[in-house]
Amino acid sequence: MDIDLSVTSVRDANAALRALPAGASARLASPAGRHNLAVGLTEAITVEIDGTAGYYAGGLGRDATVLVRGTAGWGAGENLMSGLVRVDGDASQSLGSCAHGGTVVVHGSASLRAGISLKGGTVLVAGDVGDHCGFMAQAGTILIGGDAGRGLGDSLYEAVIYVAGKIRDLGADARIEELAEADVELVARLAKQHGFDHIDPENVTRVASARQLYHWGTP
Amino acid sequence: MSSDSSFDGIRERARLGRYPIRGGGARRAVPAFDDLTFLTASASRYPLEGYREACATRTVLGAANARDPVVLEIPITIAGMSFGALSAPAKEALGRAASEVGTATTTGDGGMTPEERMSSKTLVYQCLPSRYGFNPDDLRAADAIEVVLGQGAKPGGGGMLMGQKLGPRVAAMRTLPEGIDQRSACRHPDWTGPDDLRIKIEELREATDWRVPVFVKIGATRVYHDVRLAATAGADVVVVDGMQGGTGATQDVFIEHTGIPTLAAVRLAADALADFPDVKLIVSGGVRSGADVAKALALGADAVSVGMAALVALGCNDTVHDFGPASYAELGTTAGGCTACHTGGCPVGIATQSPALQARLDPVRGAERVANYLRAITMETTMLARACGKADVHHLEPEDLVALTVEAAAMARVPLAGTEWIPGR
Repeated sequence: MDIDLSVTSVRDANAALRALPAGASARLASPAGRHNLAVGLTEAITVEIDGTAGYYAGGLGRDATVLVRGTAGWGAGENLMSGLVRVDGDASQSLGSCAHGGTVVVHGSASLRAGISLKGGTVLVAGDVGDHCGFMAQAGTILIGGDAGRGLGDSLYEAVIYVAGKIRDLGADARIEELAEADVELVARLAKQHGFDHIDPENVTRVASARQLYHWGTP
Repeated sequence: MSSDSSFDGIRERARLGRYPIRGGGARRAVPAFDDLTFLTASASRYPLEGYREACATRTVLGAANARDPVVLEIPITIAGMSFGALSAPAKEALGRAASEVGTATTTGDGGMTPEERMSSKTLVYQCLPSRYGFNPDDLRAADAIEVVLGQGAKPGGGGMLMGQKLGPRVAAMRTLPEGIDQRSACRHPDWTGPDDLRIKIEELREATDWRVPVFVKIGATRVYHDVRLAATAGADVVVVDGMQGGTGATQDVFIEHTGIPTLAAVRLAADALADFPDVKLIVSGGVRSGADVAKALALGADAVSVGMAALVALGCNDTVHDFGPASYAELGTTAGGCTACHTGGCPVGIATQSPALQARLDPVRGAERVANYLRAITMETTMLARACGKADVHHLEPEDLVALTVEAAAMARVPLAGTEWIPGR
């Protein structure tokens, strides 16, 4: 199915996508940065956004594959439950925020707060990420192929962040830990799966919670 | 600074080395609905017969945008309180009570439980900054969505759930380690300002196929501007929670020293919505009686929400149980003055995750008490409306009220009793 967003509203386009059965595919042409494309999908369909997407592309989805053939605005793949959101270009703020499951992949770089409040999903960025990546991330994995900005992993819970490049500084309660064999295997698998050939799995930095903010010692 | 309570506060801070945390609402006296009185009918107004003539209470929310607006039989809803802060039986009881009287109840930080969904005919699903337990499946199972920007007990602050209450089920729902002292974010993770909020609201509408209304809840601070921004962003309903609003746990300094009284917030919010006739207003924070409900409606609210009052109806701070006094004493508190919700040791099984304590609360009997309470305050509301000559509680208006104090007159912008004087006019 081809939907031309220059003549079809986002509301009608999303309704058409939600009506597709599992296994179907669709192409959204002329996205022109429109917001809320392919949100709330619940079937294992494939949606190709043929250009630049605005906010929340592929957000609140389950099982679907959403491919953005350009850049993406805020919150791409936010609150994803399962499935895949892939951005060929760069992504703006809050990439994959609150994702419970599934994978959010960016082949360029991502801006502030990538993986914020992550709840079990996997967020992969081939390039650099901005400040406060992984803020309050509760569970899941973040893999950064480039450098990380300030406050990395601030107030982390149980999510783990791997950085292939430099880290400007760590946030409160985040600490660098030794790589275990399981970490190397995980990074190698993710890098191979998503074509992040520039990452050396044995040469990434593992960042996790120091767990010093877990208790206030209240009665 | 010389009172015993001030000394107690100093000693507590000296002992803890940090801010005190507690549940409940503001203890200080602030101008409230009690400072207003109705000018009911006499010679210049014609009352309706209180026992025979009908007075409508039905309230419709979100008819402009949602395919399935929320239809309430009474103008009183139950405010958002989380499973985690409250026990599962308490949430179930609130859902049963709301369904019994034809109104809505609301989830809270931490998501929706199946018991709550099943027991609630109309359930409002909160989208909070933490997004704990927030997922598109429950979103689609909801009857309305409430994007929470803040609450009256702690505007500008995030939620809090102490480790004693973060048991296995609560922790799993929130994707958190068991037993930690949970801090909730105070800002949403994927939007910042009102322009973003508009897009977020549209996303929520898309994900629910534009079926349900979207509420936006704010803590009462800069009410006029915040309400206008929420309405401009596309909210169907704006919920304004005044400083008397309660909480399951937060810093005492937040509860006592942030926000403005509900009384002051109502008029500001109603004024802010003057250009948005399709946007409805719900007011909460310290609403306890039918008089409070009627006054809030008269000042411009379309409905009110009750939180703490519903818990008291359910048995909070109750003194009737044999186990009561000793259990309260263990918390260092007393029935009637207990705000130890944060400890998880709630003697009546409401604000706890302890299986033993929860067993003290029968959700069916508790629901009967809450439903009775909601019916009673609805009767009080209609009684006052009829006495003012109104056949619909939504016909109450500021002209029906006068103030008993200068402060209340200034905040509610109704005349001081016996005068034509509204301060500032």
